[in-house]
Amino acid sequence: MQAEQLHLARHTARLVSETDFAGWRDAARVLASGGVAPEDVAWMVDAVENRQSVGRTIPEASEDKGTLTVPRAFIARAEAVICHSDPARFALLYRLLWRLRHEPKLLEIASDPDIRRFEAMEKAVGRDMHKMRAFVRFRKIGEGEAERFVAWFEPSHHIVARNAPFFVRRFTGMRWTILTPHASATWDGEILAIGPGAAKADAPAEDATEALWQTYFENIFNPARLKVQAMQKEMPKKYWRNLPEASLIPDLIAGADKAAKEMIARMPTSPAPHHAKVQARHWPARGEEAPDDGAKARSIAALREAAKGCRRCPLWREATQTVFGEGPETASVIFVGEQPGDQEDIAGKPFVGPAGKVFDAILDDAEIDRLKTYVTNAVKHFKFEPRGKRRIHSKPNAGEVQACRWWLDKELELIKPNLVVAMGATAAQALLGKAIPVTKMRGEVIEREDGLRVFITIHPSFILRIPDPADKEAERARFMKDMKAVKALME
Amino acid sequence: MAILSTREKLAILSDAAKYDASCASSGAGKRNSLKSGGIGSTEGMGICHSYAPDGRCISLLKILLTNFCIYDCSYCINRSSSNVRRARFTVDEVVRLTMDFYRRNYIEGLFLSSGVVRSPDETMGEMVEVARRLRLDEKFGGYIHLKTIPECSQELIEKAGLYADRLSINVELPTDESVKRFAPEKRPETIRLSMAKLREKMEEKAEPTLKTKTRERFAPGGQSTQMIVGADSTSDDGILKTSARLYGSYQLRRVYYSAFSPIPDSSAALPVRKPPLMREHRLYQADWLMRFYGFSQPEILQGSADGMLDLAIDPKLAWALRHRGLFPVDVNRADRETLLRVPGLGTKVVDRIIATRRHRRLRLEDVGRLAKSIAKLRPFIVAQGWSPGGLTDQAALRETIVSSCEQLSLF
Repeated sequence: MQAEQLHLARHTARLVSETDFAGWRDAARVLASGGVAPEDVAWMVDAVENRQSVGRTIPEASEDKGTLTVPRAFIARAEAVICHSDPARFALLYRLLWRLRHEPKLLEIASDPDIRRFEAMEKAVGRDMHKMRAFVRFRKIGEGEAERFVAWFEPSHHIVARNAPFFVRRFTGMRWTILTPHASATWDGEILAIGPGAAKADAPAEDATEALWQTYFENIFNPARLKVQAMQKEMPKKYWRNLPEASLIPDLIAGADKAAKEMIARMPTSPAPHHAKVQARHWPARGEEAPDDGAKARSIAALREAAKGCRRCPLWREATQTVFGEGPETASVIFVGEQPGDQEDIAGKPFVGPAGKVFDAILDDAEIDRLKTYVTNAVKHFKFEPRGKRRIHSKPNAGEVQACRWWLDKELELIKPNLVVAMGATAAQALLGKAIPVTKMRGEVIEREDGLRVFITIHPSFILRIPDPADKEAERARFMKDMKAVKALME
Repeated sequence: MAILSTREKLAILSDAAKYDASCASSGAGKRNSLKSGGIGSTEGMGICHSYAPDGRCISLLKILLTNFCIYDCSYCINRSSSNVRRARFTVDEVVRLTMDFYRRNYIEGLFLSSGVVRSPDETMGEMVEVARRLRLDEKFGGYIHLKTIPECSQELIEKAGLYADRLSINVELPTDESVKRFAPEKRPETIRLSMAKLREKMEEKAEPTLKTKTRERFAPGGQSTQMIVGADSTSDDGILKTSARLYGSYQLRRVYYSAFSPIPDSSAALPVRKPPLMREHRLYQADWLMRFYGFSQPEILQGSADGMLDLAIDPKLAWALRHRGLFPVDVNRADRETLLRVPGLGTKVVDRIIATRRHRRLRLEDVGRLAKSIAKLRPFIVAQGWSPGGLTDQAALRETIVSSCEQLSLF
C-alpha cells in the first residue's frame, strides 16, 4: 500500500524520526500553502538527517504564511497522534490539516470517518502511555552513590520521549533508565536524556524486592471473587512477560476455586484462645441497659445525655446526632426554633448555621444578655432530603413535633423561664399544641394554661429567604423590633 | 510466638486487608517531586499498576499495620474471636516497604488500615507516624490513604489530614441495626460523628487562614466509606438510601460497596456462599446514576416490586423499561439531562453527541459508533432516518435486549 503510494504520489515528504513532529509541521505547512492535495503526498521516515531533501520534492513555500491557521487543539492532539505506530498517521494528519482549512469545526464532528481514526489513534497512544506508567517495573542495581534503577519495557507506540517527563516528575530523587526496543530514557538526577533502543538483556535480570511484591500480589487476591476477563481487559497478556507478578497468575487462577471452597469449608470454628480475655478486658459491661428516657434527669446536662440516644421518632436514622438546647440553666428566656439544619447537625450545636448567624447578630444589636438566654429547637434531629452533595431541609410533621415535645417540656421544666420565644410555626405549634398564623400574630404574647408566656415571632431563616435587599432589611428591622420587645419582657 | 519475617508479615497483613474494596488513588490534586527532589507524584487520575485475577485494580500497597483487634465484628477476618494468624508491622517496616515498592513503580502509594490494639489512640498514633515519616523523612509525594479509627482523638485526626490524601471511616453495614447485630462493639453513632467531624475539618481548612491567606492542607482527596453488601438482609433500595444520605451529609467522594465474601474461620451468624458480585456491580452502576446522571435515589428503584436491582440488566435500562412513556428521545434535539437518561448513553457519549449535532444530524449508526452497544439504544431513540416505532412498547423488549447484549456473560 505504501509502496504504491510512493509511486503514485507526486510529492515525497521525509521526516527524520518516527516522532518528528517539527518536520511534519514544516512540510505540511509548505505543502498546504502550495496547494498540494493529500493524495499527492507520500510520507517517509528517513534516518538520514537531511531536511533539505524535504524541500526539494515539495513546491516552494508560498509567501503568505498567514493563510494557514488551524485550531490550537489540533496541534496539541496531533503531537500525540504522531506517536502512533501506524505508518499512515502522517498522511491522516495532513488530510485533517487540509480539511480543517475549510471545515474549521471538523474536530467536533465525532461521526466523521477521519475524525474517528484520529480519535482512535489518539486514544491508543494515550492508553499506551498510561499502561507504560502503570507497568514499567524498575530493578535496582548498585548501592549508595552507585544506586540506579533500570527498567525494560515494550510499548506499542513511539511514546518514550513523550512519556519520560512523567517519570522525571515522579522519580526525581532517583537515577533511572527506561530501556525499550526503539528508544531509551535516562535521568541522572538533573538531566533527562533520550537515547537509542536497547535489548532486554541490557536490563538487570532480577531484584530481590520482587519476591516481596509477589507475596503481596498473591495475598491481596481474593479467590472467592475470580474475574479473569476483567483482569485481562486492563492488563493484557502482551504486558505479562515484563511483569514480575504475572508469572503467578496461572497458578492463582487454577487454585482459586479450591481456595474459595476451603475458605468456606474452614468456617466456623470455636473462638480463638485469647478472645475471652480481650472481651473481659475491653468490653466488660455489655449488658442490655434500658435506654434512658431522661424522665429522672435533674439537670440540662443529664437531659442532653439522655437525648443522645432518642428513638421517639424515626428522624434519628438519617441525622448525625441529637442537637440539644444550649445555654445556662438559670436563663430567664428560652428561644425555640424549628429544627437543626445541615451545619447544626454536623456541629451538634443549635443555631450555628446561616440562620443562627443572623439570629446572633440581631440579639447582639438588641443588646439581649446572652447569659440569660437558652436556645433550643422544637425538633432535635435534622430532617432532610439528600440532593447530591447537599441536604434539603424538610419540615417536621405533627407526629415528629409531638414526639419531640417530651424533650422541650423537660427543658421548660428544668429551666423555668419567665418567657419563651416561639420562632416560626413549628415552634409555636410545639409550645401551644396547635397551629397558629405566625405572621399575623407576631409580637403577641400568649399565656398558656400553666401560666407560661409565649412570645410569637418568625423564624430568623425567613429573613434569609427574602431575595429583595430592601424587603430583607425591612424584615430584619421587624425582627429586631420583636427582639427589643422580648428584651423588655425579660426584665 | 515465633518472630515473623517482613515477608511473612506482609503475607498475613495483606491477606487481612483484601476485603476492603477501595484502592482508589485519584483526586489528590497535582503534586510532584521536582522541587523537593524526593520521590512521588499524584497527577489527578490514579494509576492501576497491576490487576489481580479477581479483576481488581492494584494501585496502592493496601495493608494493615496489625491484624490484632479488640473488636469482634462477625464479618471481619480479623475479629478477636477469629483463629487467623496474627502479625504486627513496625512503623519502620511499613515505611520501608512503601518506599521500596514505590521506587520500583509497583504502586501509587499506601492505603494503611489497622486492627485496633489496646486503644484507638495508640493505633491511630502509629498510623499517623507512618504517614509523617513518609512525608517528612522520605520526602514521599505519592498517595496516602489512612483508614481512620472512629474513636481516636481529634488531634490525631488533624495530623492524619495533614499528611494523608484521603481519610476514610467504614460504615460497615447499611443500617444501625445490622451494625449492632454483627459488630456489637461498634457504635454507629460514633461512626457518623467521626464522618461529621471530618467534613467539618475539611470545610474549615478549605477556607484561607486569616494570617497567611493560604489554605492549610487537610486530606485533599476527601473522605470515603465502605458498606458490606449481602451480609445482612437490607434491600438495594435501602442500601442506596443510606448512600444518598452519606453523600449528602458528609460530602463523601465515594461510597464503596463490598460484596460480602466468605472469610476463613467465619462466624456462624453469616451467609456461607460466594460473594454477590453482580449485585455489587449493579449497586455501583446505581451509585453512578445518582452522582453523574441526575437521578435522585428514590427514582432508581421507583416502580420496582421488591426494592432490588435487576441483576440481568443495568439499572438505567431497568428504569427506562419501567418508564417507556418518556421514550423514544430524539438524539438530535433532546437536552443533556434527557439524553443522560437513555440506556446505553454514558456521560462522555452524550457530550459528544451534543458537540457533533451542532454541525451534523446524527443517524442511528453514528450514535452506534459513539456508544458501545446499539441493541440497548435502538428502542429508546429517534435519529435521522430512524424511529423505533412500536419497538419501545414491545412486551418482550427486556428479553430481546438481554439476549442481544448477553450482559451476564461478563461474569
